[in-house]
Formats: sequence, C-alpha cells, structure tokens
Amino acid sequence: MKERDLLEQFQANIDAEIKIEPKDWMPDEYRKTLVRQIAQHAHSEVVGMLPEGNWITRAPSLRRKLALIAKVQDEAGHGLYLYSAAETLGVDRDDLIEELHEGKAKYSSIFNYPTTSWADMGAIGWLVDGAAIMNQVMLTRTSYGPYARAMVRICKEESFHQRQGFEILLTLSRGSEEQRQMCQDSINRWWWPSLMMFGPSDAESQHTEQSMQWKVKRKTNDELRQEFVDACVMQVKVLGMTLPDPDLKWNEARGHYDFGVINWDEFWQVVKGNGPCNKQRLKDRVKAWEDGAWVREAALAYAEKRQKRSMQSAATKVA
Amino acid sequence: MKSWPLWEVFIRSKNGLSHKHAGSLHAADAQMAIENARDVYCRRNEGVSIWVVESANITASDPAESDPFFEPAKDKVYRHPTFYDLPDEIKHM
Repeated sequence: MKERDLLEQFQANIDAEIKIEPKDWMPDEYRKTLVRQIAQHAHSEVVGMLPEGNWITRAPSLRRKLALIAKVQDEAGHGLYLYSAAETLGVDRDDLIEELHEGKAKYSSIFNYPTTSWADMGAIGWLVDGAAIMNQVMLTRTSYGPYARAMVRICKEESFHQRQGFEILLTLSRGSEEQRQMCQDSINRWWWPSLMMFGPSDAESQHTEQSMQWKVKRKTNDELRQEFVDACVMQVKVLGMTLPDPDLKWNEARGHYDFGVINWDEFWQVVKGNGPCNKQRLKDRVKAWEDGAWVREAALAYAEKRQKRSMQSAATKVA
Repeated sequence: MKSWPLWEVFIRSKNGLSHKHAGSLHAADAQMAIENARDVYCRRNEGVSIWVVESANITASDPAESDPFFEPAKDKVYRHPTFYDLPDEIKHM
C-alpha cells in the first residue's frame, strides 16, 4: 500500500477510536512523538522519586514513613510501566536512560524544585500528583494502546498518592500554629510550579494541534489546567488554607475560576535547565546508575552460576 | 542492562481467570523475571500466578496481513446462533 493510503487508513482508525498497537503501521512522526512523550513521562517518574525520597528518613511517624516509601516505590513502578510502553515502539530502555543522563531528554520540570519541609510531602501529593492524575486520566484514552493501558494501571495507583498528600496537609492544618504555617508555606511554594506542569498555554504550544489530531492528547493544556484550578479551589477551603493567587475569582459567565498570570519566564528557565535542582537531580540519577553497575553485573553472573548448577527453582513449567 | 533480555509478563489475578498480559521487564534470567514481576506488577495483591516469557519467544501475527489472514471468518454467519430460526416456544436454546 502506498504511504498516502496507509496514512489515510491510520487517520481513519484514529477517528474511529480504534487503538494503534505496536506493530501497526504508523507515521514516523507519530512514533517519534510518542517515544519522546512516553520516555519523558518515564524519566519524570524516576526523577520524581528524588524530592520525596529526601524525606523518608525524616517522616514524623511510622505510618507516614510506610506510606511515603510505598508511594516512592510506586513511582519506580510507574517509570517501569512507561519504559515498557516506550520499548514497544522499537527503542531500547538503555538508550532512553543514556539520553536522560546526557541531558538530551527532558522530564517534568516540577521535579527541579527542592523539598524543604515535611509539609512538602503533603503539597506534592495533593498538588503535583493531583495535576499528574488529571493529565493521566485524560491519557487513559490516548490513541496508542500500550500507553493507554499503562495509564489505566498508573491511575489506579496514583489516587492513594493524592489522598496521602492531602491527609498530611489536613493533619498539619489541624495542628499547632507552627504546623499550620508550615502547611501554608508549602502550598505557597508548590502552587504555581504545579500549574506549570500542564505545559505552555495552548497558543504557545507547538505540538498540541498534531497531538490532538492523532488523539495522543485528548484535552489541551489550558483545558486541563482550568479543571485543576477549579478542583483545588474547593479542596483548599477544606484545609482552611489559601492559594497564593490574589486574582483567583469565580467567573459566573465562564462557569470556571479566573486565575492569575503564570510566570512563563520561570517556566522556560526551569525547562532549559536553570531551575533550583536541575543539576542535582541529574547528578543523583547518574550516580545511582553508576553505583548500581555492580548489581547489574552481579545479577548476570548469578544467573549464569544458577544455570550451570541447574538448581531446583521455585518456578514450574506449565506444559 | 542491554545484556538482560526482555520478558513479557502475564498475571492470573485469581483462580478461574486466565493469565493476562501485564507488561514487560528486563531480567537476567527466568527466576529473576518472576521475582521482579511480582515486585512490579503485584504490589497490591493483584496476582496469584505469574508467567514470564522471553519476548523473543513470542510469535505474533502480522498486522499488515490482518485483513487477508482473518478474512475467512468474516462471512461465515452460519457459525453464529442468530443464523438459525427456531419457533418461540423453544426457549433456552
């Protein structure tokens, strides 16, 4: 079939909500854009373990520590589901990781901010995971099958993340004056960066039109950002806290909350690598990879040893 | 990890259901693949049984040939119960 006919059939499938699966024909650009987006998503999960990993040893109670460890472990798992999905498109996980370590691949800019208090564990769970959930629920309907299925799995696990975060803030908000201030300070630092997670405004977003046509994206950046703001305004009231935006105001005509202007200079600076923690995050990731080399090698050596001995193993055959 | 092969993971969530494809992972050998599959895909008690297969050992039909390959099934309406007309007084058949 000619390229043009294949492209027409491809678009017809997309329009008819028929999912695209790994070996199906797809335009090069579709494949490239998905590899980029899925890899970026995977990298974000793994780098995202770092700001929260920072507080595991300082969690205020065993319950909080268990929940935080479980959450960070989930993020590792999410990264793995996404690397799996990316590999179905014909790329190798090791190459994707190399691109991350060389600074060629991006990850969500939110993880370039520091976690300076325990309350940040709450703000991250509520706002950062909250924003991620909004995006990920939308992506459960993305046109590429393996990506959509990974999203379904991730969404199931993500909801505990947001509840855990909100519960931390709720506990602080009902505590001492010092705890209430810590809570408000944390919200003040994480609010605007969380809004930036949805990416540039639709007018400034180059990829959006093509992504929408191919149903990689099902809602635009601004649509998702608005939904997020509307949800958070209600939720922050339960905490008895405020969002650091004097321009937040219900707009009866639109049926949504109006909100202030995002500092796009800050957004682009952080994306380009000039955020507070960019260098540290990359350094930590590279170190983890390099320090872990002996584990990867040992696993191979052990596998070989095991095979040679033909030990009794716990695995059974099915036929 | 280039030297660790890729494995496809199938999980049976409970007896009575079949193993369902859950995703993939890299592991040095089958035993490691099973253990990693448990850690990655069964953190919330989602599985009673795990199968792992090296991805290289799976053969798939070619999507480019789907139409001609599956074509014979498309016009065999007589394989479906609705093709057969029975009087109303015959119930549950």
